[in-house]
Amino acid sequence: MIFVTVGTQLPFDRMIAMIDDLAAELSLEVFAQTADPTASYTHIKHAPFLTPDEYDDIIGRTTVLVGHAGIGTILTAKRVEKPVIVMPRKASLGEHRNEHQLATARHLEGHEGVYVAHDRARLATLLQTPDLTPASFRDTPEKTRLQTYLRDFVYG
Amino acid sequence: MTSSSSSRTSPRILAVASAGGHWHQLGQVCAAFDPADVTYVTTLDGLPQKSGFTRFALVQDCNKNAPFKALICTMQMAGVLMRTRPDVVITTGALPGVIALVLGWMIRRRTIWVDSIANAEEASSSGKLAKRFATLWLSQWESVAQAEGGRYEGSLL
Repeated sequence: MIFVTVGTQLPFDRMIAMIDDLAAELSLEVFAQTADPTASYTHIKHAPFLTPDEYDDIIGRTTVLVGHAGIGTILTAKRVEKPVIVMPRKASLGEHRNEHQLATARHLEGHEGVYVAHDRARLATLLQTPDLTPASFRDTPEKTRLQTYLRDFVYG
Repeated sequence: MTSSSSSRTSPRILAVASAGGHWHQLGQVCAAFDPADVTYVTTLDGLPQKSGFTRFALVQDCNKNAPFKALICTMQMAGVLMRTRPDVVITTGALPGVIALVLGWMIRRRTIWVDSIANAEEASSSGKLAKRFATLWLSQWESVAQAEGGRYEGSLL
């Protein structure tokens, strides 16, 4: 199953409509968390929000995560060690307050297990790729550096 | 929630983040500390339990467009600070984190702001707000840290 999440703050209809379309075209089983109580889609299951328990249950059955390029999406994928496809929201289309998701996406380009789709064609290709590499929370040197610095600051 | 009864030498840490990406990052950041020293504060019931945290408090979520909710959050946060008497307040945002930081600053505690990784080109608006109340202000992006006069000391990504 493919789990789509757009976070809790704003709907992201452009991406979900695209996925609704692709679900029919590619016969995909999709569950989408839409942040939009009024949303209606034809080919996917969806809910505006999920409780933490529902979220965990769905994540457990997910093979690939798809999300907006939000940090919550990335960190979830790393935590549950699943591949993640992200599509940045565009402030120019009224999808966010500023273009920070484009910046996040640029930074994530080439990150293991994180795939960036800027358009429908790329999203379709990725959704048809069988063995996407899972993301993971390996302790990177930069992460260890941050934690060590904070530990020293607080306890030092 | 219960207050910490740790010895005098171990600091009491109050770790604050609203639900979502801020919360995820807070958990990663606080893995640096002794779990027994940390009390968590967030805005969505179920999150601390899911992470297995036993000492936690919940406050009203708020943002700058919701002044009344911010007021509620401030009063709840003041209550949390009185009960937990932290030595250190650490937050990854957003507005509830700023509120905790300001309150901590008012009672002269050490305050730490870790700006979210999501803010890759510019500090978050709450981060900018928190700036003058933070003993330590970190961005997870070197360029943002430089632009804001904060520090870069590593990143969760």
